[in-house]
Amino acid sequence: MIEIKNISKSFNDKQVLFDISGKFTKGRTNLIIGASGTGKSILLKCMVGLLNPDTGKVLFDGRNFTSGNKQLLTEIRRDIGMLFQASALFDSKNIEENIKFPLDILSNLTENDKIEKVNHCLKLVGLENINKKMPSEISGGMKKRVGIARAIVNDSKYLFCDEPNSGLDPVTAIKIDDLILELTKKLNTTTIVVTHDMNSVVEIGEYIMFIHNGKKLWEGDNKNILKSEIEELNKFVFSNKLMKKIK
Amino acid sequence: MKNLGRYILFLISLFQRRERVKTYFPLIINECVKIGYDSLFIVCIVSLFMGAVTTLQTAFNLVGPLIPDYVISIVVRDMTLLELSPTIIAIVFAGKVGSNIAGELGTMRITEQIDALEVMGVNSSSYLVLPKIIASILMFPILVIISAFIAILGGYFAGSLTEVITGADYIYGLRYEFNPFNIPFALVKAYVFAFIVSSISAFQGYYTSGGALEVGKSSTNAVTNSCIAILIADYILAQILL
Repeated sequence: MIEIKNISKSFNDKQVLFDISGKFTKGRTNLIIGASGTGKSILLKCMVGLLNPDTGKVLFDGRNFTSGNKQLLTEIRRDIGMLFQASALFDSKNIEENIKFPLDILSNLTENDKIEKVNHCLKLVGLENINKKMPSEISGGMKKRVGIARAIVNDSKYLFCDEPNSGLDPVTAIKIDDLILELTKKLNTTTIVVTHDMNSVVEIGEYIMFIHNGKKLWEGDNKNILKSEIEELNKFVFSNKLMKKIK
Repeated sequence: MKNLGRYILFLISLFQRRERVKTYFPLIINECVKIGYDSLFIVCIVSLFMGAVTTLQTAFNLVGPLIPDYVISIVVRDMTLLELSPTIIAIVFAGKVGSNIAGELGTMRITEQIDALEVMGVNSSSYLVLPKIIASILMFPILVIISAFIAILGGYFAGSLTEVITGADYIYGLRYEFNPFNIPFALVKAYVFAFIVSSISAFQGYYTSGGALEVGKSSTNAVTNSCIAILIADYILAQILL
C-alpha cells in the first residue's frame, strides 16, 4: 500500500499542490484524475521521488520515502516500476536491452535468466519476437507495452503509470487499460495511474482521486463517480457529448 | 555564479551513488568509439589542411634571403604542438562531440529517459555523463597526437608540392633545436580541454528543459561555452606552464 500524507508542493511562489492525502491499496488500480495542469503529474513525481514535496510524507508499506534516508530511498526505488507518458524507452537500446536494463543494474541474475525474464514479461504484455527491434521501429501502443514490461521486469511491487493511453487510438487505449488491470491482479501490485481519460476512469477506476487546481476534491470508485454532486468533478466527467447523453 | 555553483554540484554528483564498475566498462568503450574513432575523419582533414596552410603562410611571410628555409618547418612544428593541434582541434571537438553530448542528453531529458533512470534508482548523471568524460579524457589526447602528426605531414606535402621548401630542409627544421617539453605541454592541454568540453556539454544537455527548441539551444550553448572555456584555459595553461 502507498499512503500520501499532506503533500504540498510549490514552484517559486506558485503553489501547485495543497495538502493532499490518500491511500492507494495493493492489488487494485488507483487512478489520479483531473484536467490538464491541475497537478496530477507533479503529485506522481513527488510520489516516485523525482520531485521533493515541500511538506508531507509518502509511505510505501509504512516506509517513509521522503525521510531522506538514502539507503531506504534506494531500496524503495528498486521496488518501483514506472510507465512514462512518452514511454521513455532508451533510444540507443533495442527492446530486449530496454526491458533487461533494470535487471542489468539491479539484479545478479545470469544473462540467460535475464533473457528468460525479458521474454516472460514480453509475453505478459502480449508482445513476442520483437526483442531485437529498436524503439523507433515499433508503434506507440507497442512502446507503451514495452514500457510496462520494463516497469514489471524487476518484480516491482509498485507500478506507476503516467497518462498510459495518451496519444493512442481508443481501441489500443482500452487494451492498455485492460493490460494494466490484468497485471495489477496477476502480480498483486499497488498500481497508480494518472490520467484524464474518462474511458480509463470507467474501465479500470477501482479507486479514484479527483484533483482540481492542486486540491483533492473527491475520492471514490468508478461506480459512484457518475453520481457525484461536486460541480468541478461533474464538469470534468461530463465534458463530452457522449457522457452527457449517458447522464 | 549560480551556474558555476550548479556546474560544480553537477560534477560532484557524478561520483555519488555510482553503479558497479563493471556497469561502466562497456559504456566507456562505447563512448570511446563514438567520441574518438568517429571524430578521426574530421580531425585528420582539419589537421592536414591546418599544417599545409601554416607552411604556405609561413613561407609567404617569413622566408627571405637571410632566413633559411628550414625556419618554415620549425614554425609549423612549434605552432602545431603548442597551439594548433591541442586548441584548434579542441574547438573542432567541441563542435562535433560537445554538441552531440548536449543534444543526446537534452533529448533524453525532454523524453523523460533521464527520469526513467532516476525512478529505477540509478544516478543518471553518473551513469550517463561519467563514461562520456572518461572516454573524452582517454581519446582526445590520442586525437591530438594524431592531429599533430598529420598537420606536420600536411605541411611536408604542401611544402614539397609547391616547392617552397625541400623535403630535406623540412625534416631538418623539424629536428632543429626541438624542445621535448612541448609534447607534455600539448598533452596537458589536451587532458584539460577534453574535460572542459565533455563536462560543460554534458552539464548543458543534462539540465535542458522544454522541447526540441531548447535541445537546440543547449547544443549551441554547449559549443559556445566550451569554446570560451577552452580559450581561457589555454591562456592560463600557457601562463603557468611556459
